[in-house]
Amino acid sequence: MTNEALQNLINGWIPLLEFTEEGSQFLNISVKPEHFHQLMEQLKSNSETNFDYLFCVTGMDWGKDLGVIYHLESTTHRHIIVVKVKTEDRENPTFDTVSDIWKTAEFHEREVFDFFGIKFNNHPNMERLFLTDEWEGFPLRKDYVDEVNMVIK
Amino acid sequence: MDTNIANSNLKSEDYFINMGPQHPATHGVLRLLLTIDGEIIKKVEPDLGYIHRSIEKMSERDSYQQIVHLTDRMDYLSSHINNEAVCLTVENALEIEVPERVKVIRTIIGELTRIASHCLWWGVMGMDVGALTTYFYGFRDREMINDIFEETCGARLTMNYNIPGGLMFDIHPNFVKRTKEFVAHFKTKIPEYDKLLTGNVIFQKRMKGVGILSKEDAISFGASGPVARGSGYSCDVRKYYPYSALDKVTFNEALKTDGDSLARYEVRIQEMWESLSIIEQLIDNIPEGDYKVATKAVIKLPKGEFYQKVETARGELGVFINSTGTKNPYRLKFRSPGFSNLSLLNHIAVGGKIGDLVASMATLDLVIPDIDR
Repeated sequence: MTNEALQNLINGWIPLLEFTEEGSQFLNISVKPEHFHQLMEQLKSNSETNFDYLFCVTGMDWGKDLGVIYHLESTTHRHIIVVKVKTEDRENPTFDTVSDIWKTAEFHEREVFDFFGIKFNNHPNMERLFLTDEWEGFPLRKDYVDEVNMVIK
Repeated sequence: MDTNIANSNLKSEDYFINMGPQHPATHGVLRLLLTIDGEIIKKVEPDLGYIHRSIEKMSERDSYQQIVHLTDRMDYLSSHINNEAVCLTVENALEIEVPERVKVIRTIIGELTRIASHCLWWGVMGMDVGALTTYFYGFRDREMINDIFEETCGARLTMNYNIPGGLMFDIHPNFVKRTKEFVAHFKTKIPEYDKLLTGNVIFQKRMKGVGILSKEDAISFGASGPVARGSGYSCDVRKYYPYSALDKVTFNEALKTDGDSLARYEVRIQEMWESLSIIEQLIDNIPEGDYKVATKAVIKLPKGEFYQKVETARGELGVFINSTGTKNPYRLKFRSPGFSNLSLLNHIAVGGKIGDLVASMATLDLVIPDIDR
């Protein structure tokens, strides 16, 4: 499916979606956290989109907002889409898990939690993956400071 | 106290054991926490981070030329392909067209890297299931490739041969001759591998029906590379999103549908044949020309997001760069094949025995620095 056809199809599903192709080779969708899980479920289950392969989950710190970028591909239609979800809440950022839709998300979301402190509702095992439990802070956030171990330029 | 054992209900309890972080079968510092009942595995929990170097954070500090050097240290058995991934991302973002010569050389060395990686995997995989001899055979042939790399790239493992815009320097005058010698040599050796290990009854019994992964689960777990193709999931990035000179060659994607350890094993053996065929198609036709195009000393990517997929020896490596237009990436993410492939280990190991876990894990071909990054 072309990006335009995808946009026309998905736009009717959920309110307040924002589409853009600017500055990216894929079609990008921004979704509000409250509609996020519903959108992801539909992207996978709808036979026309059928995004069954979640290949990349990237935690992001945009400075003010924290969020997650999901790269999805369909193994039947071979189209790719990017879903972005963000929040201004830096104290307690939380999104719904998609590990019930794609099993790989369980690991990837733990990595995001480890480095960005973003929690995922209903995740079966929301614990640090790489760092020790005692570790303070979330190293990949832009405001993280560790004067001992970090090389700052 | 009830001393009448015959009348009491004997209850079994879950037992926890650590496998690793220094276990020989984990091939690196990976710790698995096993929950077992007798010899049956109930749960496998990987504990990661023993060699995490935070390459993604370091990348936010470094220039694009410097980042290429860090990628060697992820999946060190696919170092050339990792370098290529970052270079391709930068070149695509800057819309640089590299010379044909560069594309062909990159592909040849990439396929040699794949063979070298599979040789090593084959050697240690045999060792994991008790066939020590394979190790020496695998390393003997890999050594020839390492010698070729040493001559042309100056290093045997972390080659750093790619730079954004082309190659560090031109190929060594001996490169073509030695590569051809290797191809001729290795063609006689893969049948030897089959004779030594593939057809062995004990080996077959250790592998067949062990660690079964269905196609649906392979996709859901984000599996890629030989692990996914052993389950019949066609996902070769070289076929679907060809890069460098891969659109000029013909090869078959190795596919098996059984989804067990033996299928994953056979896929890799088949891939070695295919890689040899790709090298043969290109080695006599390396175009003349420059080995790089000039880039600015300070590379600044335009504002935006860039994604590049490549097929390493382990599967799909993705490079995601978010640039704000400065000389460093604002955020750089490596989607490593090993990380996703490891996530399915629990799924394929539960219900089996510890010995089967070793066999399954060997066919996932995990490289721990690739998972830890």
